[in-house]
Amino acid sequence: MAEELTVVDHPRAAAKFVRDDARAHWHDQALWFVRVKRDRMAQSLPEWETLRAKAAEIKAHTVGHLAEYLEQFERQATALGAKVHWAADAAEHNQIVLDILQRHGVKQVAKSKSMLTEECHLNPFLERHGITVVDTDLGEWIVQLRGEPPSHIVLPAIHIKKEEVGELFHRKLGTEAGATDPKYLTEAARYKLRQVFLESQAGITGVNFAIAETGGIVVCTNEGNADLGVSLPKLHIACMGIEKLIPRAADLGVFLRLLARSATGQPITTYSSHFHGPAPSGELHIVLVDNGRSSILGNDDYRRSLHCIRCGACMNTCPVYRRSGGHSYGATVPGPIGSILNPARDPGRYATLPYACSLCGSCTDVCPVKINLHEQLLTWRRDIAAAGKLSWSKQAAMKAAAFVLARPGLYRLAGKVARFSLRHLPRLLLYGPWNPWGRQRELPRAPRRSFREQYARRPKP
Amino acid sequence: MSSKEKILAAIRRQSPARPPLPSLDEAWIQYPDVQAQFAAALASVGGQVVEAASLADAASVIGQLPPMEQAAKIVCTVPGLPLGNCVLDDVPDPHLLADVDVAIVAGRFGVAENGAVWVEAGHLRHRAVCFICQHLVLVMPRGEIVHNMHQAYQRLTFTRAEYGVFISGPSKTADIEQSLVIGAHGARSLTVALVAGWEGQLSAAAQE
Ligand code: SF4
Repeated sequence: MAEELTVVDHPRAAAKFVRDDARAHWHDQALWFVRVKRDRMAQSLPEWETLRAKAAEIKAHTVGHLAEYLEQFERQATALGAKVHWAADAAEHNQIVLDILQRHGVKQVAKSKSMLTEECHLNPFLERHGITVVDTDLGEWIVQLRGEPPSHIVLPAIHIKKEEVGELFHRKLGTEAGATDPKYLTEAARYKLRQVFLESQAGITGVNFAIAETGGIVVCTNEGNADLGVSLPKLHIACMGIEKLIPRAADLGVFLRLLARSATGQPITTYSSHFHGPAPSGELHIVLVDNGRSSILGNDDYRRSLHCIRCGACMNTCPVYRRSGGHSYGATVPGPIGSILNPARDPGRYATLPYACSLCGSCTDVCPVKINLHEQLLTWRRDIAAAGKLSWSKQAAMKAAAFVLARPGLYRLAGKVARFSLRHLPRLLLYGPWNPWGRQRELPRAPRRSFREQYARRPKP
Repeated sequence: MSSKEKILAAIRRQSPARPPLPSLDEAWIQYPDVQAQFAAALASVGGQVVEAASLADAASVIGQLPPMEQAAKIVCTVPGLPLGNCVLDDVPDPHLLADVDVAIVAGRFGVAENGAVWVEAGHLRHRAVCFICQHLVLVMPRGEIVHNMHQAYQRLTFTRAEYGVFISGPSKTADIEQSLVIGAHGARSLTVALVAGWEGQLSAAAQE
């Protein structure tokens, strides 16, 4: 899971994913199933759109007053007995966590889901310093055992089949060979991870929401792994991006109603845990991490991407994500929102991501905090081209298109050739490997005449 | 400059729009029968409701639940409910709770829209008992069900160091091919016992 320094080539990675047609189809269906559950939940609430509007307003307000709210949060959390740390970047975050763990002589940590720690590559860092980290969310544990990153922010193992989980557990846990029953496999994981919970000397969690007014943090899980992980040992470290703040506890009413419904189509997660201060005789450390967020805050085009509550709905609905798989984005946060956040951090490395988009706008429609995702993706294309980060093939295609479009005669001739070819060339020629538009789809039936020709021949009144 | 100062300065250098905080005063959903809605929502997430006419009745209703039949170790922290055989306050270390079969804990109120129950851990020596037990029973006054999450937060004030949690159904996962499995890490079953005529007594007992 070491950080790759290469440039992410989404089209190539996606091509590899779709080569297994049956699997790509299965992946697509699995995510669509989640999207449908989300729709059912959204439609069951008459006030759904009001909730989304409120959420967007609360987030815009918070981002506009972020410095004040961060200071208020620190004051309140400290008053309750928590220790608040500030990290400008991933390296500082990792060092802070390591220092706390080393001070307590921790050998093993039970970690619950946290996209921030993935973003900071905390696991490999701690492992290098001799601390064992166990991801206790079942999906995250599965990908950890496989030595790969999650492919989705809410459903980390959505790309893996039960046969593969069975095989993995057989090798690593000694479950029966050939077992594929999710219930049996989950039970085996429950048994093994209970030992982990009982043996670990510290728990690390992410944070879904941090309340400025009260100094509390809220963590949402279905499995109960965050709570088990931090209620047995005395040490709890919670890691959060600075954009996780909300002003008031009452705002949770809005966000908790939206989060699970948007994420998995549940009315609320099984556990919505509110931590205000440490447990009696325990310690609570909260690490606030910037890592590029304050610079996104300064950008009018992309600021709203900081509203994201990491529900994953934009991934589940995205036709490109569903058919190309989360790993093809080469980033901790994939899908539409990842294609905005990652280029903001490193435009050169992630230049292909804003093109992994058909601009259909479905992500914008489902986003519970009303981020204008597809518009931002389009803006990114402009910025990437302006920065000269466009691949040469796209640049050449754009130049050729501009050349043709600027010359009406040439444009008409090109149209004629295309219509003739589509009508008369043999399939073998049309659907050869040189035509990517002919892969997995039928080309349209070309009309005999162009619109212009038809218009010229229209019966005149 | 410390990282804190650096981050705050970086934020203050930017000047995003500063729109006002919206009011949350809206006509949020209300159900004609909150208790029926609560029971339906809880059932949809894999939990169940049982009803009791009094605390004494609750003892017998809960005592007859299937998980209680084979339970060897039972923790009950609800005052006036003599069902436990392991006193939480006498357990020095939460790791010793690993073999608890059933935990019976008081919930303060329920939420009709999602079947969640608010549980405060201030009075529990080890809050781990709610998560490490095999089966969880939450005992709650029957009349204490609000319609929606907005009403729920109107009832909550967070003024001291205390842990609280909304629990909606048993622990679950769908991480293997999206098939729902009940009993991931936490409780394998969740029963909410709604006790009639118990309103007010719970908070009185919690104050002690
Ligand atoms: S961008 Fe919106 S839909 Fe996508 S994960 Fe974030 S909150 Fe969810």
